[in-house]
Amino acid sequence: MRESKSMSETATAPVLTAKDFATDQEVRWCPGCGDYSILAQVQKVMPTLGIPRENIVIISGIGCSSRFPYYMNTYGMHSIHGRATAIASGLKASRPELSVWIVSGDGDSLSIGGNHTIHLLRRNFDVNLLVFNNQIYGLTKGQYSPTSEENKVTKSTPFGSIDHPFNPLALAMGADASFVARTMDRDPKHLQAMLLRTNQHKGASFLEIYQNCNIFNDGAFEVFTEKGSKAQETLFLEQGKPLLFGAGSDKGIKLDGFTPKVVNLADGYSADDLWIHDEQDIYKAQILTRIFDDPKVEGHLPRPFGVFYENDRPCYEEIMALQIEDAKARKTADLDALLKGKETWTIV
Amino acid sequence: MARKQEVLQDVVIKFAGDSGDGMQLTGTQFTNNTALLGIDLSTFPDFPAEIRAPIGTIPGVSGFQLRFSSDRVFTPGDACDVLVAMNAAALKANLGALKKGGKIIVNTDGFDSKNLRLANYPDGENPLENGSLENYEVIRIDVTKMTREALKEFQMGMKEKDRAKNMFVLGFLYWLYGRDMSNTTDFLKEKFGKKPDILDSNMKVLQAGYNYGDTTEAFAITYKVEKAKMPSGTYRSVMGNQSLAYGLIAAAQVSGLPMFLGTYPITPASDILHELSRHKNFGIRTFQAEDEIAAITSAIGASYGGALGVTTTSGPGMALKAEAMGLAVMLEVPLVIINVQRGGPSTGLPTKTEQSDLLQAYYGRNGECPMPVISASTPADCFEAVYEAVRISVQHMTPVIFLSDGYIANGAEPWKFPATADLPPIHVKFKTELGHGEEKLQPYLRDEKLARPWAVPGTAGLEHRIGGLEKQNITGNISYDPENHQLMVKIRQEKVDKIAEYIPEQKIDSGAAKGKVLVLGWGSTFGAIKSAVSELIAAGHEVSHAHLRYVRPFPKNLGEILKSFDTVLVPEINNGQLIKILRDVYLVDAKPYNKIMGVPITKTELVEEIRKYL
Ligand SMILES: Cc1ncc(C[n+]2csc(CCOP(=O)(O)OP(=O)(O)O)c2C)c(N)n1
Ligand code: SF4
Ligand SMILES: [Mg+2]
Repeated sequence: MRESKSMSETATAPVLTAKDFATDQEVRWCPGCGDYSILAQVQKVMPTLGIPRENIVIISGIGCSSRFPYYMNTYGMHSIHGRATAIASGLKASRPELSVWIVSGDGDSLSIGGNHTIHLLRRNFDVNLLVFNNQIYGLTKGQYSPTSEENKVTKSTPFGSIDHPFNPLALAMGADASFVARTMDRDPKHLQAMLLRTNQHKGASFLEIYQNCNIFNDGAFEVFTEKGSKAQETLFLEQGKPLLFGAGSDKGIKLDGFTPKVVNLADGYSADDLWIHDEQDIYKAQILTRIFDDPKVEGHLPRPFGVFYENDRPCYEEIMALQIEDAKARKTADLDALLKGKETWTIV
Repeated sequence: MARKQEVLQDVVIKFAGDSGDGMQLTGTQFTNNTALLGIDLSTFPDFPAEIRAPIGTIPGVSGFQLRFSSDRVFTPGDACDVLVAMNAAALKANLGALKKGGKIIVNTDGFDSKNLRLANYPDGENPLENGSLENYEVIRIDVTKMTREALKEFQMGMKEKDRAKNMFVLGFLYWLYGRDMSNTTDFLKEKFGKKPDILDSNMKVLQAGYNYGDTTEAFAITYKVEKAKMPSGTYRSVMGNQSLAYGLIAAAQVSGLPMFLGTYPITPASDILHELSRHKNFGIRTFQAEDEIAAITSAIGASYGGALGVTTTSGPGMALKAEAMGLAVMLEVPLVIINVQRGGPSTGLPTKTEQSDLLQAYYGRNGECPMPVISASTPADCFEAVYEAVRISVQHMTPVIFLSDGYIANGAEPWKFPATADLPPIHVKFKTELGHGEEKLQPYLRDEKLARPWAVPGTAGLEHRIGGLEKQNITGNISYDPENHQLMVKIRQEKVDKIAEYIPEQKIDSGAAKGKVLVLGWGSTFGAIKSAVSELIAAGHEVSHAHLRYVRPFPKNLGEILKSFDTVLVPEINNGQLIKILRDVYLVDAKPYNKIMGVPITKTELVEEIRKYL
């Protein structure tokens, strides 16, 4: 895959590597920031996509995460807080052939830009929205974000946050996103796989990436990412496969009516008894996104990662282009006729 | 029946009725009919703020003022000669604007006790009966009854029948002004071709109104207004928002740029969206965004991709776009931001006109954030003015603010539309490859206009990143260097100032190049100033009129012009905005004339004001 040539280019197009996607700009994230890993995986995946570099555009908002475009040797725009999704919509609408990626933080896309995010998803522009969720405002130095857990003590919530957080994937489902997935910075393989899937999906892809902000919210996702707890606390979704987790996949999830339940395979359950993952099933996907338990709470379910939902439906920019083609076929664009209108009079 | 026909020079008719009475349609039809005869005209629709204000009340009155003349006209008229009042509220709301001795054509059915009460007439008072209208010529017609009568054979409900009432009035007016009705019958056929019942009933009632005039002995005179002496050529009637939309389409066609409109509906700008969305065959993409922020930012995205990004709005929407305008200034991409102004602040007076967003256009953004500002002065002028806005935007790589207002947007006038071949070219350069010796793109390397290259995604070898952070001169890399910031602020300002070298010098519209009083205006005050100044010049006074299209930067010679007059008078429909800038830029002791009532300045009041300085 890595070696594959650009499809739209001639056979002589140079084979690109991750290096070709790096820029000469000094990367300015804090040492240890999860953003580094995401950047590395994106730079690795990009050359494998078969997309000429000049056709790739990365649009970001404002936040630590939104510095991303400066480090990618593609076209890029570091815009204003919360609006990357809307900018990308206009770009994609007028240039459907471009591969448009949006890089955004939890504050950027779910707080100030929440409105544009849901509208981008419902319209289903064929773009890739990467939400770097660190459950904190990094750039402004550590205020709670709309994904921060309740009671969180931050600079702006010394007595604990009283906000109820968003469940980003449930929100995306609610906005009728056609692709909904979750991954994490600390699992490069999975992250790469999810980036590939995100790119493959035709339509608006919502990829939430758990990202550690080691300065203001260190360890927020530790239970999911660290060796000791990862197997117990995470559930990796695979199409057509039973929902298994735990050390040696000794546990599974079974649907009891509409309620997911943990079962031990040792108790005589087999894979056939378990929930089989089907990315196309919108009802099950809704339930999956609702598996969002606080890992500190007794009897909680493991947090799912992977592709929750994928659905093929027409993209906005395609329909828009079709309408224009239709209109052109029906009526030639005659500017003189337009300016003249129906009724004129002549003065001699 | 042979009638005496009187020739009139200038007539102002106000059509007024309940919002549901179809007065806008009646007015528009009569306007088109008038235009087709080569009579000069100007219109002013006056909508209620609420779409469905309570029926029969004063807030529910919808008006349409039409002035037509065998002379050139530049305003819809200060006072009316004829008032069509479909109900008591319409009479009450408009009587003040009727000239003494003027005609009132009333629908008597709209003056029953219920209508009188809804119009807040005191109990037992009926203006049609209490002698209060004795200074006017009142023509009473029971329009409702006669409409029903004309439709008695029709199998339709009473409500449906009553809907054709406005056609009766229109037919009667056509008769009164000696008109042929074919434009309206054609219109009805096109509009209701698929609904034969409605078509037939409207045609029937239209004819009944005409016949009523023709056969009723009471009306002894019909009127005629001759063709106006206008420059030769072929004309059409056009409304402001419409000609603005056409100007954008034309500019897109001529420049070869695909147009992208990102917008969110708001009065009085929505009609631009409505118009543009009908012309997809010109390759126009219209995007009704989720809000004004998405509207402008999507347009920025489109411009970044090489399209002609346009966004349209009115005051409140303009406020929401402010941050993104700053981004466009930093990115230095073309973008046309259209503000069809209305009364403010906040939601203000949505359906009323005002020029109160000029300072916002000039200064209403964070940071040192200069943008060119272009304004339109009449409905037809929107075409040329917005065409210029596009030219400046794409050739100077800058967002441009375009100011129109509610009065221009909804007004109509004859337009000597151009032939496509005569439109000035708009050359657009995209950067397609690295320059000689360039190793990678220098996104902020400028040309003689100080414009930076437009290098769009998809162009191999020019990959680069831009953004809203301050950037190093030439390379575009992020820079927090103090000297560099000052340099960049100065460059962005100079770039806008330099546009003055690429726009025409300011002309004097009427009067001499120097003298006692210069009346300097911008935007929709054009007609009133022109009429007032012409009148005073004819009376032998030393008055001149200049009207700005380019409000930022000002034309190079404006300072000279200001110095050539003893007094500079600046009438504005705001609390004094252009005048502040003029005083600031030219240290001129200009005099304000401000009216902030949501309505245009009239010629009469302006004549009076100018006289103070003569
Ligand atoms: C209009 C506006 N409001 C506020 C800010 C300040 N601000 C910048 S980034 C940010 C939040 C960033 O949080 P997030 O989107 O989660 O990104 P992160 O830094 O965590 O990657 C805020 C509040 C801004 N730049 N612009
Ligand atoms: S503040 Fe947090 S998110 Fe921002 S760069 Fe530092 S570690 Fe990363
Ligand atoms: Mg964050």
